[in-house]
Amino acid sequence: MKIFIDPPNSLVLFDLVERFGHEPLSAMAAIQERVDNIEIDMPPMNVTLDDVVKGLKYAGVEVPSGVRGRLAVWGPMIEEAEAAIVMDECPYSFGCVGCERSNLMVKYLLKRRGIPVLHVDYPEDDAQATDLVARIKEFLEGLQ
Amino acid sequence: MTIKIAQLSCGTEYSSVQYEIDKAARSVGAKIVYPDVSASEIDEAVRRFGFTPRSNQLKLMIARAVRLADGKYDADAVFITTCFRCAEGALVRNELRRFIQENTRLPVVTYSFTERLKASQLLTRMEALVTIVTRKELLARERQTGITVGLDSGSSTTKAVVMENNKIIGKDWTPSGDVVKSATTVLENALKMAGVEMKQVEAIGTTGYGRFTLGEHFGAKLVQEELTVNSKGAVWLADRQRGEATIIDIGGMDNKAITVRDGVPDNFTMGGICAGASGRFLEMTSRRLKIEVTELGKLADQGNWRNAKMNSYCSVFGIQDLVTTLGEGKRFEDVAAAACHSVAEQVYEQQLQEIDVRRPIIQVGGTSLISGLVTAVGEVLGERPIVPPDSQYIGAVGGALLSSGML
Repeated sequence: MKIFIDPPNSLVLFDLVERFGHEPLSAMAAIQERVDNIEIDMPPMNVTLDDVVKGLKYAGVEVPSGVRGRLAVWGPMIEEAEAAIVMDECPYSFGCVGCERSNLMVKYLLKRRGIPVLHVDYPEDDAQATDLVARIKEFLEGLQ
Repeated sequence: MTIKIAQLSCGTEYSSVQYEIDKAARSVGAKIVYPDVSASEIDEAVRRFGFTPRSNQLKLMIARAVRLADGKYDADAVFITTCFRCAEGALVRNELRRFIQENTRLPVVTYSFTERLKASQLLTRMEALVTIVTRKELLARERQTGITVGLDSGSSTTKAVVMENNKIIGKDWTPSGDVVKSATTVLENALKMAGVEMKQVEAIGTTGYGRFTLGEHFGAKLVQEELTVNSKGAVWLADRQRGEATIIDIGGMDNKAITVRDGVPDNFTMGGICAGASGRFLEMTSRRLKIEVTELGKLADQGNWRNAKMNSYCSVFGIQDLVTTLGEGKRFEDVAAAACHSVAEQVYEQQLQEIDVRRPIIQVGGTSLISGLVTAVGEVLGERPIVPPDSQYIGAVGGALLSSGML
């Protein structure tokens, strides 16, 4: 199944989803597609003006461009997803947690989709990390 | 009967605008009310809604919306408003609008305000909310009966329509000047075309900016804001009186985007402080190209907007773009197409985000006769809008149709 991960560029969540036999939907894939295959030059992410305009599908023009640009990349993945794993209370060095408005909107869009969503907290020690992996494993194995 | 408009808002009391909101509501016979919630309900309501803003007042907004959705608070309409340029506020405002529409049948309007907000800016919106609530039976009317007249006093043009037994038998329009003189001229011409004398007219309905003046002058039976009147006119002309539709009216001074269910608006936006996103910009463009605005559409249909990019948010900078592209030797056809595309794109970016576009899309108003603009709107929305016959007469037709319900 297609699993959206939040933060969308979390390598840990990406690896766990793939390891347990599902397809992670991540920012890495979306950005790589732009960097490798599209003949545009808008470094570093190749997010173009057209993308930001497309982000209007998710948020009005009054919402800052950075939010709309993020949602333009993540929104289609949320629409495609069949389930999601969300890491709450991430430290700033873990994945893309740069824009709180975008993060709030991602969680809201996932809720609107009505797909199964597993919320996990960022682990503080080894025991919590082990528990985190166990919970994700259980969630992913339980998906039909 | 006082209509209760539930206000869901953040920031109004610290922006010096709450008095103006109350004043606008009072002037149309409505009262602003606030759904009661207890502090202990807020967290659960926010959890249920699914968006957790940092601002506590936005959380309170959500809790109030949930009360309305659960039918635990009695209101007739909903006004959702937040500060202009607050990202969190804008996100919550739009999603709450969707939530209210999905969970209630209450008409809803959204607005982002600045400290300069005046009651007059809200008047048409508040009046429309009240009309939708108080004139449900009238708005359900699908056939015109008897001989009635509709007068639409718009910012750019004044229109008159004479209808008899559900048919248009006379019509005329003229550029707006003196409100009464313009209306008198078009009314006389429409009556002449219809072969009808004034004494035979059973009812008059007025709408548009000059509706109150005309209503008083002609003794109109119906004086009503243009949001509900235009909606009725549009669905009648397009023969889409049942089911859902979106009506887009790009006017000379402001634009309207209205979603309707069985011809009755349930959500609408009005905008257009900026002339760059209105018919006025196309008039300026045609003047610069030294052609009539009526020729602009056909010219645009022969061009490609991508060859002459114009994407300014303001008519002044838009004209600068125009001068620059013409100076570069671009084809007039491409420039005309770019001007149409620029207006369509801005209407999309600034207004159509505030509503959920429902199919079919009906484009009306004088600018719907500019085919290049209809093409551009179709490109931006992914579906060519329906342009009904006499699409510039929506307000007058709506006035004639609804006033026959007052006989």
